[in-house]
Amino acid sequence: MPQRLVIVGAGMASGRLLEHLLAQAPEAFDITLFNAEPRGTYNRLMLSPVLAGEISYDEIVTHDDAWYAHHNVTCRFGEWVIAIDREGKRVIGTKGAVPYDRLVIATGSAPYIPPLPGHDLPGVIAYRDVEDTDRMIGLGAGSKAVVIGGGLLGLEAAAGMAARGVEVTVVQRAGHLMNRQLDAPAADLLQQALEARGITVVCNAQSQEILADAAGQARALRLADGSELPCDLVLMAVGIVPSVGLAREAGLRVGQGVCVDDQLLTSDPSIYALGECVEHRGAVFGLVAPLFDQAKVLAQTLRDLPGCFVNKDVSTKLKVTGCDLFSAGDFSEAERRESIVFSDLRAGVYKRLVIENNRLIGAVIYGDTQDGGWFFNLIRDGVDVSALRDTLIFGPAYQDAPKPEPAAPAPVDVPVFMEVLA
Amino acid sequence: MKRPQSACSLRSTCPYCGVGCGVLLAVDDQGALEVRGDPDHPANFGRLCSKGSALSETVSLDDRLLTPRVHGQDTDWDSALDLVATTFKDTIAKHGPDSVAFYVSGQLLTEDYYVANKLMKGFIGSANIDTNSRLCMASTVAGHKRAFGTDTVPGTYEDLDEADVIVLTGSNLAWCHPVLYQRILATRKARPDQKLVVIDPRRTASCDLADLHLPLALGSDVALFNGLLAEIEKRGLIDAEFAKYVSGLDAALVSARADDLAATGLSDDVLAEFFDLWCGTKKVVTIFSQGVNQSSSGTDKVNAITNCHLATGRIGKPGMGPFSVTGQPNAMGGREVGGLANMLACHLDLENADHRNAVKDFWSAPVMPEVAGLKAVEMFKAVGEGKIKALWIIHTNPAVSMPDADKVRDAIAGCDFVVVSDITVATDTARLAHVLLPATGWGEKDGTVTNSDRMMSRQRAVLPAPGLARPDWHQLAEVGRRMGFNAAFEYETPAEIFREYAALSGIAGGFGRDFDISGLADLSNTAYADLAPTRWPVSSGKKGGRFFADGGFFTPDGKGRMLPVAWKPPVAKTEKRYPFRLNTGRIRDQWHTMTRTARSPRLSAHLAEPFVEIHPEDASAQGIGPTALVLLKTPNGRAIVRAMITDRTPKGEVFVPMHWTGENAPSGRIDALVPSVTDPISGQPESKGAVVSVTPFAAKWYGFAISQMPIKPKYDYWALAKTYAGYRVELAGMTVPEDWIEEARTLFGLPDADVQTMLDPAKGTARVAFHVNGALVAALFVSRTPVAVMRDYLAALPGQEVPGVLAGKSPANQPDPGPVLCSCFNVGINTILAAIETRGLMSVEAIGAALDAGTNCGSCRPEISALIAKAQTKEAAE
Repeated sequence: MPQRLVIVGAGMASGRLLEHLLAQAPEAFDITLFNAEPRGTYNRLMLSPVLAGEISYDEIVTHDDAWYAHHNVTCRFGEWVIAIDREGKRVIGTKGAVPYDRLVIATGSAPYIPPLPGHDLPGVIAYRDVEDTDRMIGLGAGSKAVVIGGGLLGLEAAAGMAARGVEVTVVQRAGHLMNRQLDAPAADLLQQALEARGITVVCNAQSQEILADAAGQARALRLADGSELPCDLVLMAVGIVPSVGLAREAGLRVGQGVCVDDQLLTSDPSIYALGECVEHRGAVFGLVAPLFDQAKVLAQTLRDLPGCFVNKDVSTKLKVTGCDLFSAGDFSEAERRESIVFSDLRAGVYKRLVIENNRLIGAVIYGDTQDGGWFFNLIRDGVDVSALRDTLIFGPAYQDAPKPEPAAPAPVDVPVFMEVLA
Repeated sequence: MKRPQSACSLRSTCPYCGVGCGVLLAVDDQGALEVRGDPDHPANFGRLCSKGSALSETVSLDDRLLTPRVHGQDTDWDSALDLVATTFKDTIAKHGPDSVAFYVSGQLLTEDYYVANKLMKGFIGSANIDTNSRLCMASTVAGHKRAFGTDTVPGTYEDLDEADVIVLTGSNLAWCHPVLYQRILATRKARPDQKLVVIDPRRTASCDLADLHLPLALGSDVALFNGLLAEIEKRGLIDAEFAKYVSGLDAALVSARADDLAATGLSDDVLAEFFDLWCGTKKVVTIFSQGVNQSSSGTDKVNAITNCHLATGRIGKPGMGPFSVTGQPNAMGGREVGGLANMLACHLDLENADHRNAVKDFWSAPVMPEVAGLKAVEMFKAVGEGKIKALWIIHTNPAVSMPDADKVRDAIAGCDFVVVSDITVATDTARLAHVLLPATGWGEKDGTVTNSDRMMSRQRAVLPAPGLARPDWHQLAEVGRRMGFNAAFEYETPAEIFREYAALSGIAGGFGRDFDISGLADLSNTAYADLAPTRWPVSSGKKGGRFFADGGFFTPDGKGRMLPVAWKPPVAKTEKRYPFRLNTGRIRDQWHTMTRTARSPRLSAHLAEPFVEIHPEDASAQGIGPTALVLLKTPNGRAIVRAMITDRTPKGEVFVPMHWTGENAPSGRIDALVPSVTDPISGQPESKGAVVSVTPFAAKWYGFAISQMPIKPKYDYWALAKTYAGYRVELAGMTVPEDWIEEARTLFGLPDADVQTMLDPAKGTARVAFHVNGALVAALFVSRTPVAVMRDYLAALPGQEVPGVLAGKSPANQPDPGPVLCSCFNVGINTILAAIETRGLMSVEAIGAALDAGTNCGSCRPEISALIAKAQTKEAAE
């Protein structure tokens, strides 16, 4: 008799969880999947290329109806879950209740909308789903958009709209773009690249108010310095907040997110949480890599196998074609931290590696990111890089070069200095 | 600059050492020179060494002096020659003939030399003409004259084929005269019973295939050969028959017996083996070179050797005799023509009134000096003291090559009037000249040279004279005419000069001298043009051959002289402050002060910077690691060079090559450390006997640079070497620049090029590359410790698109050939090692068949066999 498993939310994390479960124990669960969006799992990360017109929506769907049918997953898409009946072990949706033996809350996150005057005007959107993407696609060439937030999401949206002929201005509160991922020199290169494709970037800019036109439609963003940026659309991209309403109302322990332990178990022994809605040891999540780790661990937990989620460093890539950047770990300046910097401004390449105690702890790369994964692994694994240091920044291709025997020159009296010693 | 097109093919002679190899020259339709060994030349039979093989890389017109220059301004010949002539004339009028001097070179052709000598000794009236042969051959000249009456090389190269024992003493023949060494190896291959003995404090490349190596204490050659002479007597091997041709036997034996064989530091076993070989074999040739000559007792060393050959009658017969090998293409020609301050011409003596008057009459000379002129060291002392006020330096670089070179450089810089004739302005000496005269160089000039076995060969012009360059004889004759000696210097062609010279040698022959080529005095212009290699003498009475088999010495009594000689240590004594002995010498692929060989990328790849060989125990005691820079200090000067830790050099002694100059490695001007101590008889400097302190040079930063264009840094240490793609440079300094990017821009002179940087300030690493239109033009790699990068890989990159250059090494999929070992075929150490290890090629022949390495000149064959031996040891250890 299979266990009844209910999953609330069909985002990328739960998609990954399903894959693990169905691959490992296809008969173990009788699965019901709720999703507020009227569709199953797609690769949300790939919305930006869709926005930019580089690929179509169909290409980013990871799990389509046929897949769910094939795996006997009962789909309750486009249906909101109203409540969790923990006593009765039921999930109550707008179209009826479903009993569970185990429940997974994967409600994800919602865009953070700052309480700016005019934030609720028509014409102010966030960037979260297919609908938001369609709104932006719907802007015609020549129209104007203001993006509040010069982070990953804001810039992808800005680039996507710009690619469709929209005049985009990015308003960034910090001194440089992507300030959580990039240092100033890398951000400068990025800004130049974005400006080269027609995007206006305003840094150190405090948004004050969204102004409405006579029809009540957002028409401009006013900044603290009094300047106005006229627009047809304002995109809020300043951050996300975990969606914890359902869990909170059910009486589960909630902090910033739904609190889980290393096995992704909430304060209720039958309820688990997964993805951007969780808080694990004080941390909340916004990037996909740890969510996939969580999905893997949760699949173990649900199968009553040992598993333990460890929140590791994450790396970032910006999906704007032609703007390759990579960021991982901690790259802030501090005592005992040493930087190795590579710069080739003509080629638009900048790399900074941050080293502490002979270990790589952070990396910022702009322009040539192909070695990002390698750096990421070095950071994650805490490898002692002192022996690689001179060539570290040039990546793995330069680490295995044939090394002449250090002693080779001796018999012919060629000085050893002529050769690589490392 | 490309040479203009011309097409021809002809025989000539290599311009490097005294082996005097024949070459075949051809110019292709692109104007590029092709050089091959001449299979018909009796000196080399087609062989060439690495240097000769790379000659075509040395004739580019980069840095060539193409027009006369006065005080840094280009001018025409008339103005320059008039200035030289009037200044010399005025100086002589005011201060006498001894206030002027010529310092010339074994680079000069015999015809040039003849005119220079004639002008100075016959018309200026001073004997102040000396040559850089003073630095390499003077002790042999003096030793020959003492023993034979004249400066006669008794034997010929055929003796090397005939000998049963060949002794090399003070000669790293494998590197300095590689074609002769290969000739010996070829003989030994055909006749494995021929033995090779090397006497040298260092275990040089010549020892690698030797049967016996005598690592004698530096400078103890006299003690060794005295020991041999005493042993010869003890064994009853004095040739009583030959003794009638010899004087001084008893006195020589007394000295020999009394000498201290222990001074050699050699074990009894080694000595016994050497004595057995030498005494037990009749056909012995003793080859000697700079290790004998460059000594305060150089002349005595030569005579200690000739004593042994005279005592046993082993001289002038096939396979027997003392044999000096010379360092320059025409050192011998210069000696014959009287290029040394104490000689006249044609082996006549300046201080012999009959000789002097005969030459004076022949030349119709107005004046002749009666005493010897200033020998090189004295000459530059006189320049420094202001006694010589006008100096003409021709094709040599005394500011580098003289002992106490810094002082010599300062002396030249302080001289009232300095004329330099050369093919380039880029020498330490040429930069000090008031007047620069552009000379034709090898491949452009026409005349004769004499090699170490008295073979006169033609150098012929295959390339047109570039710019306004003119032959040296022409320059000298023009100055002679402009000084008022028109009739004596009306030469139109070198053939005329040669005929006059040959006629003069007939007079010498009349005095019973050895050098007589009067048989060539009537040579037609065509016959001169076609002159095949000819061994002197060439007279009605004698042609070629050997000397002294049946006596016939050129002493007054006609007897060969044995000299009582006694071992003397080098003049400088080691002491607490200067605990090491400094030996200097040459390396395989460079020649003299590198003005020619440094133009060849191939030759520059073998050893790309100046270095000091130091024994591992000494290095460790001094705290010198394998990549360290080393500070050498003597009472005369200091040098900074790279450490090469090797037990080839004995403990307590260090060896530094003498090639590097202010042009390519100012801190490596090793002759600045050598005291100007000379042999009292020959006046030859003791270039191998300085005392020195050896300490690490703890630079604050080290650098390696590659560049398309040459650079002239100003750091404490730098060494520049030519590559096919430009230049490679080693750098080090005591002051760390604040901004490496700005520093690099200044260093390379690239204010606007696109820059790439890699900075690791905490570790002191900085790497800066400059690109123009995407192509690499220069890069600098800096580190707090000696820079670890793949130098040979990097050196090839300038001019290419290499965005990854700053990694300092090839990406993993590209093998690094390593430093070039075989210069002829440009094969790197790593390539050879890989062939040994992965393909199991365990013989020099197998390596040659697979990679071509070692199959041309063969000078790298000892090094290849050392690599194989090492691989075998390693295999055995595993």
